[in-house]
This record gives sequence, structure tokens and C-alpha cells, in this order.
Amino acid sequence: MPLDPSTLEQLQTTVRRFVRERLVPLEAQVAREDRIPAEVVQEMRELGLFGLTVPEAYGGLGLNTEEECKVVMELGWTSPAFRSVIGTNNGIGSQGLVMDGTDAQKEYWLPRMASGEVIGSFALTEPDAGSDAGSVRTRADRQGDGFVINGRKRYITNAPHAQLFTVFARTDQDAPGSRGVSAFLVPADSKGLSLGKPDKKMGQQGAHVCDVVFEDVFVPADALLGGEAALHKGFLTAMKTLDRGRLHISALAVGCAQRLIEEATRYAAERQQFGQAIGEFQLVQAMLADSATEAYAAQTMVLDAARRRDEGTDNEALASRSKLFATEMVGRVADRAVQIFGGAGYMEEYGIERFYRDVRLFRLYEGTSQIQQLIIAKALLKNIK
Amino acid sequence: MKVLVAIKRVIDYNVKVRVKADNSDVDLTNVKMAVNPFCEIAIEEAVRLKESGQATEVVAVAVGPSQCQEQLRTALALGADRAILVETEGFPQPLSVAKLLKGVYDQEQPGLVIFGKQSIDADNNQTGQMFAALAGLGQGTFASKVEIAGDTVNVTREVDGGLQTVALKAPAVVTTDLRLNEPRYASLPNIMKAKKKPLDTLTPEALGVEVKATIETLRVEPPAERQGGIKVDSVEALVDKLKNEAKVI
Ligand SMILES: Cc1cc2nc3c(=O)[nH]c(=O)nc-3n(C[C@H](O)[C@H](O)[C@H](O)COP(=O)(O)OP(=O)(O)OC[C@H]3O[C@@H](n4cnc5c(N)ncnc54)[C@H](O)[C@@H]3O)c2cc1C
Repeated sequence: MPLDPSTLEQLQTTVRRFVRERLVPLEAQVAREDRIPAEVVQEMRELGLFGLTVPEAYGGLGLNTEEECKVVMELGWTSPAFRSVIGTNNGIGSQGLVMDGTDAQKEYWLPRMASGEVIGSFALTEPDAGSDAGSVRTRADRQGDGFVINGRKRYITNAPHAQLFTVFARTDQDAPGSRGVSAFLVPADSKGLSLGKPDKKMGQQGAHVCDVVFEDVFVPADALLGGEAALHKGFLTAMKTLDRGRLHISALAVGCAQRLIEEATRYAAERQQFGQAIGEFQLVQAMLADSATEAYAAQTMVLDAARRRDEGTDNEALASRSKLFATEMVGRVADRAVQIFGGAGYMEEYGIERFYRDVRLFRLYEGTSQIQQLIIAKALLKNIK
Repeated sequence: MKVLVAIKRVIDYNVKVRVKADNSDVDLTNVKMAVNPFCEIAIEEAVRLKESGQATEVVAVAVGPSQCQEQLRTALALGADRAILVETEGFPQPLSVAKLLKGVYDQEQPGLVIFGKQSIDADNNQTGQMFAALAGLGQGTFASKVEIAGDTVNVTREVDGGLQTVALKAPAVVTTDLRLNEPRYASLPNIMKAKKKPLDTLTPEALGVEVKATIETLRVEPPAERQGGIKVDSVEALVDKLKNEAKVI
């Protein structure tokens, strides 16, 4: 059930205050130390941020997609590394369970994820399976009353902190491509599961990514996400999960763009050259106007796509359209922000170059821009037939 | 002990305040409103008293138009058990607010009433004091520490040149200062649960209070624009200017 407007407004206001009063002042420190202070993560738990999308029955807020997007736009106002902490529990780390888990699986894991006691990660990508995610080679073979998993997953967000992995592994070795893949709920402390070294990344310091290695990891039969009925159907779960996640990322991109636009506008109003504020120059104004217009377009688009998803009336890949547009948009906005800041935009001290690097990721994960284009075109062509 | 907390809806402290073109008042159209920061401290203190077992129930009360329900919901989300709105047209002046709250006090019979020391809109700093006088209660204003011991309320007050500790016999009135506590953020689940907590509405008539204006606002003006600074070339010149121009030393 959707929230009444004033309750939603209060949620947004509270997150906005928390973001601006608590998180924004820590941005430079988090980037420098590549670490989010434990007490801040605890505050995020207490605030309830880990359970935005977990149903109320399992201790979360049960926000619908539109509400989630509105809250995530607030989170976008600060370094995306903070969002990453709660990102997987609200998105790819939990939504597979929410959508396709058995009651027992949901009852066990979801309340722990909503509270933030358990961090969930989503392990699909492999060294040789990126955009072509259906080609995963990690395998799960039946053994006794369970499965044995072998393989390696790559670039797994929050893996160094996770207690639970949703792992996509091939259960039918003869089935081609994405058919024959199943999803498993694998606790991080399973015997044979190990982590690679945290990857050194271009941006989003404070958020951590690494390989996850499975060497004869045994899981009982009830670790199969969705139970026996879902055997070989894991790829569908992955795609549904990513579809909602794309709107989440789109909303995040909008939030980051809004922050960058505000920073750039402030700077343009203050910085003097040729005896006047640079914001008086029409060439600078054009950059601001283009950024504001594109951000508004993306914001409107994301919220519309989210509403359509909630209504169940989207069969046109609107989430992919939103992600394609919003993430490319924030790339342009960040680039213009650097331009408006001039040399200062290139300097660490001002934080603009940090955002520029941070937002670059949005065009890559949860489906690259090219993959979104493929999905959008495929939906168009399918609807014609 | 039951605690009554009075809260006010004011312009959010982050908003840049603008004066209406006719200088009659501050412009409130489409402006973000929030709980007065000192009232947030009052709610926080009441909730802490309850969490530590010193208070049994926390009731939040606001006087003003129906939109004040939003701020009462915030109080409920922060931990108040129930809320009361005394619904009026616009915001009555401090004396009327104090009288209305006295009406609520008579109905509720709390052991402690907590106010913010002032609201950041008009900075009057008088509603708590007026209320204490009307109700005939002891008051500990500008509190930086509050402790309940039996039916005594010990209040540390921030006074010029230091701290003063007073013992008030309950029922008593406390007004909060900035250092009393650091208010929490309402958790998102509690914001959702606040919807289900009781919020009652009363009218001035029901409380037998006539709302009257005793102060007339003649003119509201924004503060003077800050003048651009100047550079002085020596310490002597600075001292001279501070002494003779600014006349601050
Ligand atoms: C920081 C970070 C965090 C991540 N977190 C996770 C996570 O938590 N879980 C997880 O499972 N994965 C995660 N990923 C992996 C991410 O989803 C993949 O990196 C992404 O899907 C792209 O795959 P790839 O890196 O193998 O690139 P490739 O698939 O090798 O793509 C390289 C280029 O080729 C293009 N390309 C590929 N196929 C086509 C095609 N058919 N048509 C046109 N162009 C094509 C791509 O668009 C891209 O430009 C993360 C990645 C990063 C960088």
C-alpha cells in the first residue's frame, strides 16, 4: 500500500537531514581513508535505511518503487559510497529473496537484512561472464541432499562485509546460456568460500568490491532460492532483481546530479573573473541550464517509470530507459561541473572531481549503457511482433 | 510521571527567510516548515526521561493551524506516545498560547511540562514563563540538565557567568537550552508507526479560552544587507577602526 504523502514527506525530510548533517561532512574523510566509520553504519541501521524495500511483514519499510526512488534521490546528495553500504540490502542483495524466496527463506533472512545485521551481496558477474551474464560458469552439482558450488565471482559489491551471497550458478550443465542457471543463498562463512583482495577502484572509496571464490562449497537443498520449483530459473530472478535495481541507480544518479548542479551554481555565483561572477557569462549559464534541464528530465522519467512499475503497466523496458538516460545524464552533469569549477574542479579539495569519478560507475554496473540499449530495443521489437 | 511537551511549527532553520513585499510579516507561502529546534530538544528530553524509566508517558501538544499535525507526527515518530493539537486560525500570540496550554495542562495533569526556551520565528522566549505563572508552577528555564527524583525535578540552568541548579516541586515547568541534549533522527520505521499513534484535536472553545491579540506587529524588515569588507594595512589601523568606527572596543 502506498504511503500517505505526509508520511513519505517525513521519510524524505529525515533522510535529507541525515545526509546533509551527518554524511556530507564526512565525504572527504571517507574518500581518504577508504572506510565509512562504523558508528555511521550503525546510525544508518538505527535509521532503518537497510530495510527500505524489505516488506513490512519482515521488518522493513516496504516502500514501493516510486517511494524508494524518492528516498534514494535524497541519498544521492552525498558520496555514492554511503549509498553502497545499504544498496545491496535494498536492491540486488535482497530483492531476489523478496520476489522469489520461499517463506522459510524470507523469514530467516529478510528481518536480518532489514535491520542491517546481515549484509547481502549479489554474485552474478564472473571473470568471463559480464554483460553476457547468462554464460556463468560457476557450477552447482547435486551431492547428497544438497549442492556443491565451484567457481569464481568478480567485482562483487559489499562482498568484504557480506554475511550472505545470492550466487548464480549453473545447475544444468547441458542447457545453453541463461537456461540452466539457479540462484543459491550462500552464507559467507560456508566452508570453501573465500574472498579476493578488495579491488582498487576509480572512485567510490569507502565502498568495497572483491572476488568471491567457491571451492567445493556445500550448501543444503534449502539454499536453492525459491526451492526445487525454481531450479534452473535463477536467471529470471537475476533479471527481475536488476530491473528494480536499475530504477534505484537511476534515482541515485538524479540525486548526484542535483548536488552537482547546486555546487556548480553556487560556485558560478561566487567566483569572479573579468570583474564579475562567472555565472553572469552566458556560456556558463548554458552549462547550468543544460544540466538542470537534463536532471529534471531524468527525475521525471525515473519517477514515471517507477510508478508504471508499481502499477504493473510497464512492458517497454522503462527501467532500462531510465537507467540509460539518468546515468549518462549525470556523467554530462559531472563533466560540466568540473568545467564550471575550472582548475578547482580538477582538485581533490573541492570534491567535484571525486563525484566525477564516483558517478562513472553508474554507466557500467547493473547492465552497461549498451546493454540497456539492447534491452530497450528488444522490448520495442517484441511489441511490434 | 507524565510529561507534556509543547512544540511549535516554525520555518525550517535551513530556509532563507523572506519578508513579504508589504512588510507586514515573513512570507510563509511554499516555505518548508519544521519543529522548532528548541522544541526538538524538549521532545528528546521527554523521550529520554521515558526511556530511562523516569517518565511514564510523553504527550506532545501544539497550538496552531491543522498543518501543525505534521510536527506532532514528528514528535510521535521521535517517541511521544500521543499528541494533542489545539487547533486555531494561524498562530496565536504567546499569552494566548500559554492560556490554551494551561487548559490542556488542567485536563492532562502532567508532572512535568517541557517547552523550548524560545521559538526561532519570533524569538519571544516567554511562553514557558507565562504558562508557569498562569498554572502557578515552579520553573527551571534554559535547562542544560534535567533529573527527576521522586516528585522533585532538578534542573541545571545556563545563567550568565555559569550554571545554577534548582530543585522544583512537581508539577513543574522546564524550558530547554541548546546544550540539554542532541536530538536523535526519527527512525524511518518509527515515522511509519507514528501514523497509528493517537492524535486528538481540541478547540479554544472546548478549553474555555478566548484567543486574543494583545500585540500588534507594525512592520517587519529583513536585516540590513551585509556591507562588503575592507582590508586594513596594519594592526594599528584595525584597532583604530574597531575603537572609533565600529565602537566595539
Ligand atoms: C564497482 C563495481 C561493482 C560491481 N558490483 C557487482 C555486484 O555486486 N554483483 C555482480 O554480479 N556484478 C557486479 N559488477 C559487475 C558489473 O555488473 C559488470 O562489470 C558489468 O555488467 C559489465 O560487465 P564486464 O565488466 O564484464 O564488461 P563487458 O561485458 O566485458 O563489457 C565491455 C564493453 O563491451 C560492451 N558490450 C558487451 N556486450 C555487448 C553487446 N552485446 N553489445 C554491445 N556492447 C557490448 C559493454 O557495454 C562494455 O562497454 C560490478 C562492477 C563494478 C565495476
